Amino acid sequence: MAEPLLQARGIVKHYGHVEALRGADFDVFPGEIVALIGDNGAGKSTLVKILSGTEQADEGEIILDGHDIQVSSPLEAQRLGIETVYQDLALAPDLDGAANLYFGREIVRRGPLGRLGFLDDDAMHAGARKAFAELGVDLQNARSPVANLSGGQRQSVAVARSVAWANKVIFLDEPTAALGVVQTGRVLDVIRRIRDRGIPVVLISHNMPQVLQVADRIEVLRLGRRVAQFDASAATMEKLVAAMTGGLDGQGSAA
Amino acid sequence: MNSVPEDMAPPTPAVDTNGSQAPAEPSEGALWRRLTKTNTAWIFLVLILLVAFFSILKPNNFPTEFNARAIATNAAVLLIIAVGETFVIITGGIDLSVGYVLLFSGVTAAQAMNAFGNPTDRGWDLILLGLLVALVSGLAWGTINGVLVTKAKVPPLIVTLGTLGMAWGMAQILSNGQDIRYIPSLLASVVGAGRFFAIPWLVVIAALVAAAGTIVLRMTRFGRYTFGVGSNEEAARRAGINVDRHLIKVYALSGLLAGFGGFLALAYFTTTTISGHANDNLNAIAAVVIGGTSLTGGIGTVVGTTIGVFIPAILASGFIIIGLQSFWQNVAVGAVLIAAVFVDQLRRRSPER
Ligand SMILES: Nc1ncnc2c1ncn2[C@@H]1O[C@H](COP(=O)(O)OP(=O)(O)O)[C@@H](O)[C@H]1O
Ligand SMILES: [Mg+2]
Repeated sequence: MAEPLLQARGIVKHYGHVEALRGADFDVFPGEIVALIGDNGAGKSTLVKILSGTEQADEGEIILDGHDIQVSSPLEAQRLGIETVYQDLALAPDLDGAANLYFGREIVRRGPLGRLGFLDDDAMHAGARKAFAELGVDLQNARSPVANLSGGQRQSVAVARSVAWANKVIFLDEPTAALGVVQTGRVLDVIRRIRDRGIPVVLISHNMPQVLQVADRIEVLRLGRRVAQFDASAATMEKLVAAMTGGLDGQGSAA
Repeated sequence: MNSVPEDMAPPTPAVDTNGSQAPAEPSEGALWRRLTKTNTAWIFLVLILLVAFFSILKPNNFPTEFNARAIATNAAVLLIIAVGETFVIITGGIDLSVGYVLLFSGVTAAQAMNAFGNPTDRGWDLILLGLLVALVSGLAWGTINGVLVTKAKVPPLIVTLGTLGMAWGMAQILSNGQDIRYIPSLLASVVGAGRFFAIPWLVVIAALVAAAGTIVLRMTRFGRYTFGVGSNEEAARRAGINVDRHLIKVYALSGLLAGFGGFLALAYFTTTTISGHANDNLNAIAAVVIGGTSLTGGIGTVVGTTIGVFIPAILASGFIIIGLQSFWQNVAVGAVLIAAVFVDQLRRRSPER
């Protein structure tokens, strides 16, 4: 297989006395959907936060495109082309879909007004309409605060936001946890579309059937360490559950 | 401050099936419905009812040009500090200190203008110096508020309660508790009592500040960040926005406007009125909240605040004209404030969007 696009090596993270990560490794290869699975508390969210700059690792290294990188802040991650959809949705509920899509990266008007910070709302709404359409997201009322949207639509806005800006990798932390069947199906479609555009997607989930359904590769985290890696074609429910619960320590296909 | 509770409200009907129910295009009816669902529309109605009520009771005294001018002039300074307060409350914070920052700035401006002898006959250069001192004083208090809220992580309620007391105490220390009664007469006659055509300059200035406030809030990145930070501070952080810096700017703006208000109050009353600002904080915050700005942040308008400022002003004037003791104004403002928030919460709790 090709070189990994993104590698995490030996990541350690303490929260007080809690060791959330104890030397975790993780790989993302170009053009794949890789699922990161593990029991509650295995450290999945923590690993994602470290790779996307909202938390800092105590130890370990992160390698992007063969270069050691420091992801010191979310801004830095964004500059590197890493986007994240957090488990606790990071949308501003009182802003509309377009404002959320461009939050922190607003388009300003041309000329002197722009230098004063005047926003070009038309451009942002046009851009948002295009971004939502590309992902097949159907926002009935693009000017309504996202608080008024359904859970699935909100999730879609968050995903569209990350897709619009990512050029290296996208992390999705439990993107379907709060969704119904139909909406989950839609988000999974969106994930495949992102992959088909060539941007690898990291899907964090503990929904086994879903993982088996969309992922190309699966990495298993347990007690803050990677304990197994599977090609999706070789993975089964039983193997995944065994790896997650420790019934298979050390036997993952490549771990 | 972070997650807005109504985010957790019962889920709306699945989007995927609503094609048949809701008309996608907002018709005129929908626009009206949307308007009546904003607090601004309701509170505007209350304002009109109040005006009608007093006008019917005292048709010869209340609805007069003289009285309209008096009400607007009394509301002008309050509107200026309420505009700053609107920004602060939209971020999910609060600024209790504005009334006494206003007083402090009036005192320092008056002292600066008195530093070179009796200022009564002096010109615009001295007036400008006074303005500058007032603005810098307000800006300084506002910046202190912002830095303490963001860097020391003391809750805004406490920080601004503390600076409220400090600004009040400092104003009295600086002035020895004595009102300063000399200001350039030009300042008093032009800014304080002068008119632009039929409209008092104070009202013109306040209207300009409110218009600028609306433009900044609605049309600029600064305004967008103000809503965004108040709506979900963590989301703003993750979006790479420097939340602390933005909050400092917002508190500084509130202080700056309080300083400006202090200068205008000086022009209007021609004295520092040290004992006259006890209600300014309550009235400013009440105006903002009555005007529909949410104390949990993320929602608010300067237009609403403007209406909110006029409700106490009209009550005050109306009560005096119908012969009620003016103390009733405080009772009425308090009641309107509670009622406004109560109605607002009822409206938001209703599952229908
Ligand atoms: N901010 C935090 N403070 C303290 N402990 C935390 C914090 N975040 C996560 N943890 C702990 O770290 C461990 C891993 O959590 P997390 O990464 O959220 O796991 P997962 O996403 O796999 O369920 C858990 O034991 C959790 O309680
Ligand atoms: Mg998690």
